[in-house]
Amino acid sequence: MRARVLIRPKAGILDPQGAAVERALPALGFAGVANVHVGRLVELDVEDSSQLDSMCERLLANPLVEDYEVQLLS
Amino acid sequence: MRFGVLQFPGSCDEVDALHAARRVGDAELIWHAERDLRGAEAIVVPGGFSYGDYLRAGAIARFSPAMESVIDFARDGGLVLGICNGFQVLCEAHLLPGALLPNANLRFTFRQVELDVIQSDTAFTCASAGLARLSIPAKHSWGRYYADAATLDQLERRGQVVLRYAPAHNFNGSLRDIAGVCNEAGNVFGLMPHPEHAVDALTGDGSTDGLTIFQSMRLAVEGARV
Amino acid sequence: MSDGATLPTVQDALALGLTRAEYELVCERQHGPPNQVELAMYSLLWSEHCAYKHSKKLLRTLPTEGPHVVMGPGENAGAVDIGDGLVCAFKVESHNHPSAVEPFQGAATGVGGILRDIFAIGARPIAVLDSLRFGEVSGDRNRRSRYLLDGAVAGIAHYGNSIGVPTVGGEVYFEAPYEQNCLINAMALGLAPRERLVRSAAAGPGNVVILFGASTGRDGIGGASVLASAELGDEHSDRRPTVQVGDPFAESKLLECSLQLLDRGLLVALQDLGAAGLTSSAAEMACAGGVGIDIDVSLVPLREAGMEPFEIMVSESQERMLCVVEPARVPAVLALCERFEIHGTAIGTVTDSGRMRVFDGPELVGDMPVGALVEDCPLYDLSPARPATPIYDPPPATLASGASPRDALLALLACPNIASRRPLFEHYDAIVQSRTVRRPEQADAAVLAIRHPGKEVRARDDGEGADGGDIGAWNHAGTDGADTGAGGDHGPVPALAVSIDCNGRRVAADPYRGTIAAVLECASNLACVGAEPLGTTNNLNFGNPERPHVAWQLTEAVRGLGAACRALEAPIVGGNVSLYNETSSGPIYPTPVIGMVGRLPDARCAGRLGFARAGDTVALVGPFAPSLAASELAKLRGQELPDGLPDFDVGAVRSAQFAVRGAVRVGGLSCAHDIAEGGLAVALAECCLAGGLGAEVRLDALAGEDGEDDDPFRILFGEGPGGFLISGIPTGVRALGRRTRVRVIGTVRPDVLRIQLGDVSLSAALPELAAAHAALAELFL
Repeated sequence: MRARVLIRPKAGILDPQGAAVERALPALGFAGVANVHVGRLVELDVEDSSQLDSMCERLLANPLVEDYEVQLLS
Repeated sequence: MRFGVLQFPGSCDEVDALHAARRVGDAELIWHAERDLRGAEAIVVPGGFSYGDYLRAGAIARFSPAMESVIDFARDGGLVLGICNGFQVLCEAHLLPGALLPNANLRFTFRQVELDVIQSDTAFTCASAGLARLSIPAKHSWGRYYADAATLDQLERRGQVVLRYAPAHNFNGSLRDIAGVCNEAGNVFGLMPHPEHAVDALTGDGSTDGLTIFQSMRLAVEGARV
Repeated sequence: MSDGATLPTVQDALALGLTRAEYELVCERQHGPPNQVELAMYSLLWSEHCAYKHSKKLLRTLPTEGPHVVMGPGENAGAVDIGDGLVCAFKVESHNHPSAVEPFQGAATGVGGILRDIFAIGARPIAVLDSLRFGEVSGDRNRRSRYLLDGAVAGIAHYGNSIGVPTVGGEVYFEAPYEQNCLINAMALGLAPRERLVRSAAAGPGNVVILFGASTGRDGIGGASVLASAELGDEHSDRRPTVQVGDPFAESKLLECSLQLLDRGLLVALQDLGAAGLTSSAAEMACAGGVGIDIDVSLVPLREAGMEPFEIMVSESQERMLCVVEPARVPAVLALCERFEIHGTAIGTVTDSGRMRVFDGPELVGDMPVGALVEDCPLYDLSPARPATPIYDPPPATLASGASPRDALLALLACPNIASRRPLFEHYDAIVQSRTVRRPEQADAAVLAIRHPGKEVRARDDGEGADGGDIGAWNHAGTDGADTGAGGDHGPVPALAVSIDCNGRRVAADPYRGTIAAVLECASNLACVGAEPLGTTNNLNFGNPERPHVAWQLTEAVRGLGAACRALEAPIVGGNVSLYNETSSGPIYPTPVIGMVGRLPDARCAGRLGFARAGDTVALVGPFAPSLAASELAKLRGQELPDGLPDFDVGAVRSAQFAVRGAVRVGGLSCAHDIAEGGLAVALAECCLAGGLGAEVRLDALAGEDGEDDDPFRILFGEGPGGFLISGIPTGVRALGRRTRVRVIGTVRPDVLRIQLGDVSLSAALPELAAAHAALAELFL
């Protein structure tokens, strides 16, 4: 089973990478851009998808400052 | 007095930390794959890019066998100093509260910074009495200290904020200018600047203020022995 | 030999960069048309980058021998003896073209490559310096140059910081001719005990060839993809990446493994994989040893599926090394690789056939004489011709024509070629490894203590004692040789000094004198910290040598380089050449980047840049014959390059260097600063800013003494080799004055710089000077 984990900075925490991208896009001529956040993507094959939450909590994300979302791809 | 300095694949400043510790006592390197801390009375988790900073700084190092031993050592009251990447490892291992995030300016920055000593009676600052400020180099790209407001209030209340960046010296955006914190028991301490690079006037840009941290640890260990 | 695949044509050869004549010569050496694998390998080894076709004959004229030289040109890096059984290995290299495509990875892998060259000869890298050139970054049409600058600095920082080697110095220039061809030159130094130095010559037929480090992918193949068997349309372009991607973490492991292998005496020869990957490594090792090599590409650990043999041979995947090992030692070598968590694979054998044979499993897919690959590439004579008309457009004027000397000073301090580089070098860790005695902007050269405080580190013996080495812990200090006792705080601390310099615009004005001036400046920078030169490295960055005016630039520059190195007794121990840096709008400024390493007996007396205390005497030492020709002020005024630079007396410059060096060494001076871009006034301002002090100086005595006109701008901002600005307590300066001509010009004072010259009275307070000097900060917000 292939899984994809999306990891994002928690709302309310300063996200300078997101802020930098949010500044850069209009400078290139793209209007109407707001609320940009930059995170991480981890993709993996797993035999037991029930372990994914635990993997996220322990290693893939830092729950103190990040939220994560698990997507199961077939 | 024996220091043990951990060494991970990708550690950079572990030998610098080793030589700094040797100015104060004996010191040895402890390989990440070893569980035996070899009778160390204080542990230093050094700076660098352990495991390439892959995933998150310190995220992988915290699971190494040596760190598992260090966690037990800390729970038993042993002194643990985390420097820069070492601070990150200690936060990831939950030995210290909070997390280190990318610098607000998104850049690696190397600068000699001034730190205000907020708690001068900890096991890491007791030898710095008389020095209200420490001049120590900082060099990192992930050093912005973060904890939620309730935790920050608690840290301040309990005297766990040990060092703060002096005005105009906080280049990474750490909340409340926090440069170094200790745990509630006071035996684990992490800071982003590098005291091991301020122990010799010749290479320390004239400052040996960092030596006081190692000296404090020795005083604390020797005091505890009595 | 299988001929199942269609043979490449002469058109393929041309697409790969060979000339028709070269292709025919290959056919002759191969006794028939080369196949895909063979053509790929010849085209790379016979490229300008690998074969130095247009420069080798010139390079042979350079001085390469001297009493300190331990390893000269021809190996991965050069090395000089620094005493106490230690050697310093160093070299500079360029990564110009990849950086123009992808500045971050181009610069990062440039650093990775030069570091590998250092540890490939057995030295532990202890410092990096970078020498960069971009187009103008101020003004509006600067976006690309700013992007390249940003990427390159970030890439150098990423690689150097991550691997734990300090970046301790460098230089950066911004000039229009570099706009389409940026220059990214990286220099590295390393330390080794003399007996650990290793050469790359393969030896011993029957010995095993082992590839270790990272796995192999398609990095850098781009150009060779014309040879691919499968037709690939544009939708598959992602399968042929041109950019090499570096991994400093992988290199860190590779470095420690390599040094451990050498410490244990397990290797016969060692070579790193750089440009042209396995092809150049294996062929050069075989050629140097007068032997042959058989390689089986099916044994190479791959990170991508379906790679063809030619791709495996030309891949420029980073962080890989090749070594030759006696069969009995192979298990120990492979075990050490595993310990360091890197790939280690036997992929071939040394033979006595004199041939380079490539196998894919049992099938022979390429068979070439080693000599033909490495030595038979035709070398070309240049056809130099001095240009009759200017090659370069004059720059736009940025300084108003009626500007006062004060305006000019502030404009110069703020101009990108002079302003403080702090916003750049704060990206770099300059202190890891605890040797750095002078950090950037503290002195004219970087200074590194030759030591590790304390004893060698030995991890406990974990039962593999028979080898006599330690493998329990990675061991920086333990493999660096002599130690100077615990603590290291007592007694003199010998140190190395290093500088990297070249003013391309001055070389463009006069390739011969401009190059001599670059070499002199490097040595002057060393003198200012108290060091005497031991050896030189150089990276020759030029345009298309087939054009007569570029050939003239190159010939004259090499002539100047040789003359200067001979005069200073600082031989060339190695270097690099980067040609074809030009576009339809013309070539870059001829830029022979000079790197020089020196030694000083006591780091505690290393010189400094900044004024130290109010009341100190300020003085000028050395031949001072300032000229506005090709100066920074002339650039701000929008002036065309002059045809030629004024002559100068190399002997007089050398004497001044000697005198300043001696005075610095005995602690007789508070500061010493080489007068360079912007001339004397800028040098004064720089000393003020570095020391947080001002000065009061009178320059009337300098005007007209050499018969030149009394233009105050010339005295204040004129440039030229040999002038030093010094300060010190009056007795110290007087003592120097008994050994060489010293012209006292004033006194250090608090807060304000005041310069008096005729009826010019210039005054600027420190905050104003600092604000101008901080001009580059806005590029790095």
